[in-house]
Amino acid sequence: MAQLICRDLTLGYEGKTVAEQIDFAVHKGDYLCIVGENGSGKSTLIKALLHLKKPLSGTITFGDGLTQKKIGYLPQQTVIQRDFPASVQEIVLSGCLSGLGPFYTKEQKARAQMNIEKMGIADLAKRCYRELSGGQQQRVLLARALCATRELLLLDEPVTGLDPKVTLEMYDLITLLNKEDGITVIMVSHDIGAAVQYADHILHVSRKPLFFGTTEDYLKTSIGSAFTKKGGERK
Amino acid sequence: MSTFLHYFSYPFVQYALIVGVLIALCSSLLGVTLVLKRFSFIGDGLSHVAFGALAIATVLQLTNEMLLILPITMATAILLLRTGQKAHIKGDASLAMLSVGALALGYLLMNVFSESANISGDVCSTLFGSTSILTLGTEDVWLCGIMSVIVILLFLMFYRQIFSVTFDEDFAAATGVRTNLYNLLIAVITAIVIVVAMNLVGSLLISALVIFPALSAMRIFKNFKAVILCSAVISVLAAALGIILSIMGPPIGSTIVAVNIGIFFVFSLIGRIKK
Repeated sequence: MAQLICRDLTLGYEGKTVAEQIDFAVHKGDYLCIVGENGSGKSTLIKALLHLKKPLSGTITFGDGLTQKKIGYLPQQTVIQRDFPASVQEIVLSGCLSGLGPFYTKEQKARAQMNIEKMGIADLAKRCYRELSGGQQQRVLLARALCATRELLLLDEPVTGLDPKVTLEMYDLITLLNKEDGITVIMVSHDIGAAVQYADHILHVSRKPLFFGTTEDYLKTSIGSAFTKKGGERK
Repeated sequence: MSTFLHYFSYPFVQYALIVGVLIALCSSLLGVTLVLKRFSFIGDGLSHVAFGALAIATVLQLTNEMLLILPITMATAILLLRTGQKAHIKGDASLAMLSVGALALGYLLMNVFSESANISGDVCSTLFGSTSILTLGTEDVWLCGIMSVIVILLFLMFYRQIFSVTFDEDFAAATGVRTNLYNLLIAVITAIVIVVAMNLVGSLLISALVIFPALSAMRIFKNFKAVILCSAVISVLAAALGIILSIMGPPIGSTIVAVNIGIFFVFSLIGRIKK
């Protein structure tokens, strides 16, 4: 059974359609990359998957033990975070949200610590988030997302603003989580070159979905080869 | 010194200190969230709305003005926090409009309808607090105490959710936190704090109580918990010091704000040196 099935989704704002006829399914352990130009409805699709925004029509179903709350989300950074006084530890802990009161439980603290170590940022745990480099900040947010999930990571443009070396490290880290821990990954990106290199499934959205299937098949299609040629030159 | 201590035996001085410290504590807890969410100006706008509501209450000759001021301020807070996030520029302009609008209409109402002989005195003390805190009755102290305790308990209970909603609303919503509910909670607490704090520093100076301790704490501390604790301590000390100084003559509200400004500069300096 699939973890996530989207059937005939139409997305948009206030009656204005942004993307339509989106059909795809994600199975446990998949690495799906959602690609497309700016304004093609990628962000709206993410919001719909997270139940932050209702689709205009169509259905999103979760299965295989996954529920919407169990998605680990890595959002794009906001202006507010740039000067926010919070330690790495506090931010990672905020991924374990349940219960009331000002304190976290022992299990939650252990879980946060484990993910901090997994992301290789243990030496930064007491540091202030805003003083870290872009790549380190992304690792912090990834550790926080891992506190919220064991099943599925939803990454929104995770390498925006990172330099090439750190970008590669980030991609490797995500691949590791996918291959070693068996965490399903859904990544939104406009870097098609990287998408075909790392992902095993591609969803290409451009108002209407142009393609959904495995990466191998994608490269054989005319859209796939057209886009990757451009991407290839950049690399 | 003995005459100074003598003042503390007066119940109105004791009341003033208790109320002042409680209000300072509440406003500083809330201030950190408001400043980080870029809502600093909302405190200012709301206090002007509270002034307008007070004017209406005076004209209607209500015996308990709170009954009118609190709901009106709460409703405005909810409206502002709701729209403020979606449309930033519009929210900014509507806030400014609301703020001066309420101030002007409030003054107009008071002037046209009030039967008091000393209108400008009344208005001045509502705007700047003046000596009103030294004339608090036991009833006011209780009301203020209860409201402060509610605010502090709510804050402690939902501390983690408030952190999450402040730092990253989308992530919080994605993990199942009902962000709208918490934004509503923040709005309601803001309204309560502002209405209660109006007694202490007057409606024009409230935002100083909300903003200064948070900003001072952020000059030095770099994690959320430390910033909250430090801003609470600063705020309480500044309020106590301000009230004590004001026994010697200067108006209470502006004295507290002046102490806060002083602390802010000292902390900024320390923050610079530490870097």
